[in-house]
Amino acid sequence: MSAEHFAFIAWAYVGAGLMTLGLVAWVVWDALRVKKRLAELEKSGIRRRSAGASAP
Amino acid sequence: MSVTAVKQPNWFSRLAHPGQFLSWSRYFVWPLAILTAIGFAVGLWFAFFASPEDYQMGDMVRVMYIHVPNAWLSMLVYGTMAVSALGSLVWRHPLADVANKAAAPLGAVFTAITLFTGALWGRPTWGTFWEWDGRMTSELVLLLIYLGIIALWRSFDDQSKAGRIVAIVTLVGAINIPVIHYSVEWWNTLHQGATVFTASGPRLPGSMLVALLTMLLAFTLFFALLQIVRMRTEILRRRAETMSRQAALKGVAA
Repeated sequence: MSAEHFAFIAWAYVGAGLMTLGLVAWVVWDALRVKKRLAELEKSGIRRRSAGASAP
Repeated sequence: MSVTAVKQPNWFSRLAHPGQFLSWSRYFVWPLAILTAIGFAVGLWFAFFASPEDYQMGDMVRVMYIHVPNAWLSMLVYGTMAVSALGSLVWRHPLADVANKAAAPLGAVFTAITLFTGALWGRPTWGTFWEWDGRMTSELVLLLIYLGIIALWRSFDDQSKAGRIVAIVTLVGAINIPVIHYSVEWWNTLHQGATVFTASGPRLPGSMLVALLTMLLAFTLFFALLQIVRMRTEILRRRAETMSRQAALKGVAA
C-alpha cells in the first residue's frame, strides 16, 4: 500500500467504522432505554388495555 | 335476513400486525447479527488481502468496498421508506409508519458515510474533496431530506398525524433517487459512471467484484438487522407512551 494514499484509506475506514459503531451503540442504547421504561410502567401496575383483557 | 361475510385478514396483514411482528421478528435478530458479522469479516478480508490494486487508482480503490455499499444503502433505505409511505397513506397500516420512522436515521448515517468516504476517495483521485456535480450534490440533497424527515417525526406529539405528513414528504423526496442514479448519465460529472449496476453487467474484474458484492451483502444484512431492532423499539415506545397516557388519565380520574 503506497504511503501517499495510506492516510486517505485509513481515514475512510476508521471514519466509516466509527460512524457505524456509533449507529449500533445508539440503536442498542435506545432499545434498552425503551425496554427499561416499559418495565418500570409495568412494575408500577400499569397495563395496556389489550394486554389486560387477555391476562389471566 | 342478509348475512355479511367478515373479510379475514391475509397472511401478510397478520404478520405485519405490530404484536405479531414483535413475536416473529425476535427470531431474526441473532441470526442476522451473526450473518452480518461473518459477512463483514469475509468482506474486509477480500477488500484488503484478496483484491488487487487498480491500474490507475492503486490502493485507493479499496475505499470502493465501503463507499459503494453505503451509497447503495442510502438509496435502498429511502426506497424502503417510500414503500412504507405508500403503505401508510393507502392502507393506513400502523407498521408502515413504524418502518418509516425506524429507517430514517439509518439512511442518514449511510448517506453521511457515503459522502465522507467519497470525499476522501476524491481528494487523491480528482484533486478535490468536493465538487458541486450532479452525483455529489444529489447525494447531499438526500442527506438533507433524511434530516428533514427525522426533524418532522420529532416535531409532532401525535405520531399518526406525523406519519401522514412524513409519508407525503417521503414520496415527494423519492424523485431524488432516480436523479442520484442517473446523474452520471444526464450530466457531465466528475464522478465516474456506473460500474456495477449497468445494463451490460458489472464492469469490474472478478476479484474486485467478489469483494464488493460480499461487502454489499454484509451491509444489506446490517441494515436489515438494525431496521428490525429499530422497528421493535419503536413499537415498544408507542406501547409505553399509551401506557403513560392511561396512567395519566387514571390519575386525573382519581
